[in-house]
Amino acid sequence: MQSSAKDILFCKSGGCSAKLGAGLLRHVLEKLPKVEDKNLLVGFSGSDDAAVYQLSEDLAIVQTLDFFPPMVTDPYIFGQIAAANALSDIYAMGGEVKTALNIVCFPEKMDLNILGTILLGGSDKIHEAGGVVAGGHSIADEGIKYGLSVTGTIHPQKILKNNACKPGDVLILTKPLGVGIVTTANRVGQASTRAMDKAIESMTTLNKYAAEALRKYDVHACTDVTGFGFLGHLSEMIADTCSAVIYYDKIPYIEEAYIYAEEFLLTGAGQKNRNFLGEKVQFDEVPFPYEEILFDPQTSGGLLAAIDSKDAPDALKQIQALGLSCAIVGEIKEQAEIKIQVKKSDEEIER
Amino acid sequence: MKIDARGEQCPIPVVKAKEAIKQLGGNGQVEVLVDNEIAVQNLLKMAGQKNYAATEEKLGESDFKIVFTVGDIDGKKEDIVTDFFVADHIDRGLLVAISADTMGTGDESLGKVLLKGFIYALAKADALPASILFYNRGAFMTALASDSLEDLKELEMAGVEILTCGTCLNHYGLTEHLAVGSVTNMYTIVEKMTAAAKVIKP
Repeated sequence: MQSSAKDILFCKSGGCSAKLGAGLLRHVLEKLPKVEDKNLLVGFSGSDDAAVYQLSEDLAIVQTLDFFPPMVTDPYIFGQIAAANALSDIYAMGGEVKTALNIVCFPEKMDLNILGTILLGGSDKIHEAGGVVAGGHSIADEGIKYGLSVTGTIHPQKILKNNACKPGDVLILTKPLGVGIVTTANRVGQASTRAMDKAIESMTTLNKYAAEALRKYDVHACTDVTGFGFLGHLSEMIADTCSAVIYYDKIPYIEEAYIYAEEFLLTGAGQKNRNFLGEKVQFDEVPFPYEEILFDPQTSGGLLAAIDSKDAPDALKQIQALGLSCAIVGEIKEQAEIKIQVKKSDEEIER
Repeated sequence: MKIDARGEQCPIPVVKAKEAIKQLGGNGQVEVLVDNEIAVQNLLKMAGQKNYAATEEKLGESDFKIVFTVGDIDGKKEDIVTDFFVADHIDRGLLVAISADTMGTGDESLGKVLLKGFIYALAKADALPASILFYNRGAFMTALASDSLEDLKELEMAGVEILTCGTCLNHYGLTEHLAVGSVTNMYTIVEKMTAAAKVIKP
């Protein structure tokens, strides 16, 4: 058999699993000098999804950058996923996509058609988002990495911060969890085609539509779930001001991920997420696979929104209509010693 | 058994350790070498979930050794091993009904070889049935002198319920010779068969 993209594209640790651990990163970022600029409305100090820089009274730009090694073997799909993932931060902030720049690492000796296919997947998603690919930069490297830097616009008063949630808010998750576990199982040849199809469907779906649905409601905080896993991103959302209760039996996930977690087909990144959160999370009789699903690093994961409880049922209905499994997964509570409590829902919360 | 998983990223060390433990086929030790702390933690996590005893030793900056002890060398922890297999491989909706000491119709000696092969393959399958029912001449399979006793004992160890029809054992004079599993009656047989999602009859 000819050595195809299938063999070449496989990498050791793809997608957002390849992220540096949150602890490691914070350690480095904390040491950088903080430069004040009143126009920088959102920088990395608040561990938000993207940077926002105000240009005029009613206009700000949202900037983000994301790239990673492949987690699927099909170059076109990989391009789509990388773009959907990079675009996601703009949507998590409430912005509109304008331009994108490609970031490419590619082995010089490899078939350039593969790169072309990756870029096509990326540009198709940027077009779907209503943006335009304006350029890029490439480096000859040992392994493939691809992603984009995306710029969008936003009204400075309409920024969806990731940490402005309020006690009483309800948490909506717009995509199923478990894509990290499924792609990891796939890497060792143990994922079913059905599971991979579901993961790919989820990863290539733009958060644009969920963001548009949410925009009509009173959303207090929003983030996208990526490498730090559901609990990692939730932890950033509640920051030091709130706590959260999560109902594990409400969590949408790719069914097979549960089985693969039982088989310990787990990423290193998931364990890093577990280590980073440590004592902040308390599991009350939560079956082990659910714990893993909640720590699982997501590539192009869904939006996690803290929304006024009166709006939640309607908002959920709108997002459900988009086709991916989604749910109300918990609530924001007052500041408490245990930052995140994960338990079984004791009553049917409105859905 | 020794596994060198240095240079391998998660989940490969865990996958290799699992394979080695499976190959043990019972009690014993598996030693795994890895080169990073996260792999150590993922291995220990598996040990915790599966109730294996595990020891961790740091051999160098990026050199770790984990030793899994499955069961107890002197067999004390056998129950735990059984529990682990129950959780891992059993398909709760699957039932196997064996109604003869041969498989298929035709030459009898061929039929016996086939059934022995079937039970052997079943014991090695990834998804094991919740129960195996033996009735009519199937009762010969669970009695002394059966060629399949070893495989059936392995299945029982793995948490599969082995049930043989009491009336049948009695009819063939095997009551005193049942060598694996327990005796059952028609009520249980009916209940199990109707409750099963899938009944396999070789």
